[in-house]
Amino acid sequence: MNGAQAMVKCLEREKIRTIFGYPGAAICPFYDALLDSKVHHVLVRTEQNAAHAASGYARTTGGVGVCVATSGPGATNLLTGIASAYMDSIPLVVITGQVKSDLIGRDVFQEADITGAAEPFTKHSYLVTKAADLPRVFKEAFYIAAAGRPGPVLIDIPVDIQLHTVPKFDYDTPVDILSYKPSVQGHPLQIKKAVTALMAAKRPVLCAGGGVFSAKAQKELRALVEAFDLPTVCTMMGVGALPSAHPLNLGMLGSHGCVPANKAIRDADLVVMAGARVGDRAVAAPNQVAGRAKIIHIDIDPAEIGKNMAAHIPIVGDLKQVLGALAEKIEEKAPAEWVQVVTDRKKRYAAKSIDPLDKYVEPKTFLRAFSKRLESNAVVCADVGQNQIWCANNVEVREGRLFTSGGMGTMGYSIPCALGVKCADPKRRVIAVCGDGSFQMSMMELATICQEQKGVKIIVMRNGRLGMVRELQKNHYNEAYSGVLLDGSPDFVKIAAAYGIRARSVSSNEEAMAAVEEMLADDQPYLLECVVPWDYPSL
Amino acid sequence: MKYTMSVLVTNQPGVLSKVAGLFSRRGFNIDSLAVGTTEDPTVSRMTIVVDGDEYIVEQVEKQLNKLIPVIKVKTLEQGSHIPRTLSLIKVSVSAGQRADIMRISELMGARIVDATRTSLTIEFSDTAERADTLETLLKPYGIREIVRTGTIAIEKGADPIRKTQT
Ligand SMILES: Cc1ncc(C[n+]2csc(CCOP(=O)(O)OP(=O)(O)O)c2C)c(N)n1
Repeated sequence: MNGAQAMVKCLEREKIRTIFGYPGAAICPFYDALLDSKVHHVLVRTEQNAAHAASGYARTTGGVGVCVATSGPGATNLLTGIASAYMDSIPLVVITGQVKSDLIGRDVFQEADITGAAEPFTKHSYLVTKAADLPRVFKEAFYIAAAGRPGPVLIDIPVDIQLHTVPKFDYDTPVDILSYKPSVQGHPLQIKKAVTALMAAKRPVLCAGGGVFSAKAQKELRALVEAFDLPTVCTMMGVGALPSAHPLNLGMLGSHGCVPANKAIRDADLVVMAGARVGDRAVAAPNQVAGRAKIIHIDIDPAEIGKNMAAHIPIVGDLKQVLGALAEKIEEKAPAEWVQVVTDRKKRYAAKSIDPLDKYVEPKTFLRAFSKRLESNAVVCADVGQNQIWCANNVEVREGRLFTSGGMGTMGYSIPCALGVKCADPKRRVIAVCGDGSFQMSMMELATICQEQKGVKIIVMRNGRLGMVRELQKNHYNEAYSGVLLDGSPDFVKIAAAYGIRARSVSSNEEAMAAVEEMLADDQPYLLECVVPWDYPSL
Repeated sequence: MKYTMSVLVTNQPGVLSKVAGLFSRRGFNIDSLAVGTTEDPTVSRMTIVVDGDEYIVEQVEKQLNKLIPVIKVKTLEQGSHIPRTLSLIKVSVSAGQRADIMRISELMGARIVDATRTSLTIEFSDTAERADTLETLLKPYGIREIVRTGTIAIEKGADPIRKTQT
């Protein structure tokens, strides 16, 4: 068995069914070995999207996603995708080919120090120097990517190592990394303190972050929320951690969040931060919040606790276990008056009518109606920009998910992510929602969607502008618009047609909903262009 | 305020750059950093002197602990450890000053390790503060060159660091 064959075998042993990549000379032995395997390779049209697709795959399977690229430009093209996964704690194993071992460091053709370049964005990385190490390295990489706080792990493998013989393929020896043993059990004393604080609180709120999904703790979250009547807000990464329509779900907080959520945080005397890293978009002034309210911060990554916000009761541990323990120990209900105030506010807010638009699709009402029409486990992948904010605040998530690039805000994420979701779970309904700017950052993946025959549905909110940046310039730069006009963009319906993808352009909500029926009638790719006004607020 | 941290890491390529990268990336200020082998050939020990406050030190500790090759991080308490830095100082000497410089060295507990007609090279192992003092005392004679290591430190008492609680 050579190194490349061992690499493929490792993927098989990890039960990876699909990988996303782009070949080149330095990774050719691996691609050669792949021919003899059932592991399916999806040829994306640029490497960044291999990482995004692997991210969608990982978020869907709840396991690790794998992407592959060649050395040099292939590897550097991956960087944005790796960084996006790192910021959102998505477990990836990233495989790159490298130039021959004896040429490393000489700036030969297509050499790039990718372990060095990716250092700030990887949980760990390996530059493999012996073929014999490959099984151990892969096993460790998969373990590290998924254990504790998940994240991307990079394995860089020189082309000659892929061809060397692996004397013994041992994939059964358990991983034992002396220096990496994340603690998962929340400290019982801290949990007890948290229970006491919760029961003493007059105005408690929980804030659910993406960690709830990483820990697969949706059920435990719901149990705690319902056991205690605990009003809940979420970060962008936490949207859907509790079903959107749950009476105690007050929506997304932060600068792009909604009034009921932000007012609840403002008024709270106790906040449970659950798997949320308190980024500035979610909590602009964390110390003000911590000044007013007692903070219980639960995270598996101890470094997140106290980093951006002081915590009165820190709990390091797996959310599934900690939330489960809290739910079990809670014996009272949160003060009814408080719950009444915040849930009434939510109802009032939700009942506010939004005026329809003449000659345009009104995106918020459209996304509400559209998401209600979807299967309950559908996945919506929101891109970045106004379209993302419209989605986060208006898509109704039931048993499904809302995937987006929350930490990095990487434009172009939605389409490759949706492709990854569909590869992981072909039966699921998957919709990518993007702007006309972000669509054009990933438009090339229409080919991959066709090649793979995956029924990814795409909604493009077309406003002819980089809407969100334009909005920023409107509000903070004296309406001086600079570099935000998307003139020269093609006719997207024709673009889709060129790929053989059915498409339609609509400019009213009625038309849009009619097109949605057409879109959802089958499992073929579809592109729906919604013409939206270019001067329309995100909120 | 300066804090001295001991960091045990697995001895593998790239660890130093990971640690150094983390400090620059997160805006932590390193005063000095020294790395060397330990009683266990698979483990290296770094001693890092950090300039900051309690918040910074806590962050440094937590972020260091996230690096996979980092086995243990411990911030050494003031007064409970023995810090040392090694200095090599090349001083100019003119005819009448040789005895003076030798007396200063003797007084401070430094050693003369090389001598020429016009220079003396002094080796001094002590705390960073005492090394500063020696420098000040030698300055008037004309210092030609100084090399100093980062501080290394070991805790007082019988227990090795791997046994003690962080
Ligand atoms: C890769 C990348 N480049 C630039 C940005 C900065 N940025 C944030 S939102 C935005 C505009 C997005 O425009 P569009 O995709 O048309 O969506 P809209 O805001 O109009 O809904 C830009 C350029 C980014 N987030 N990602």
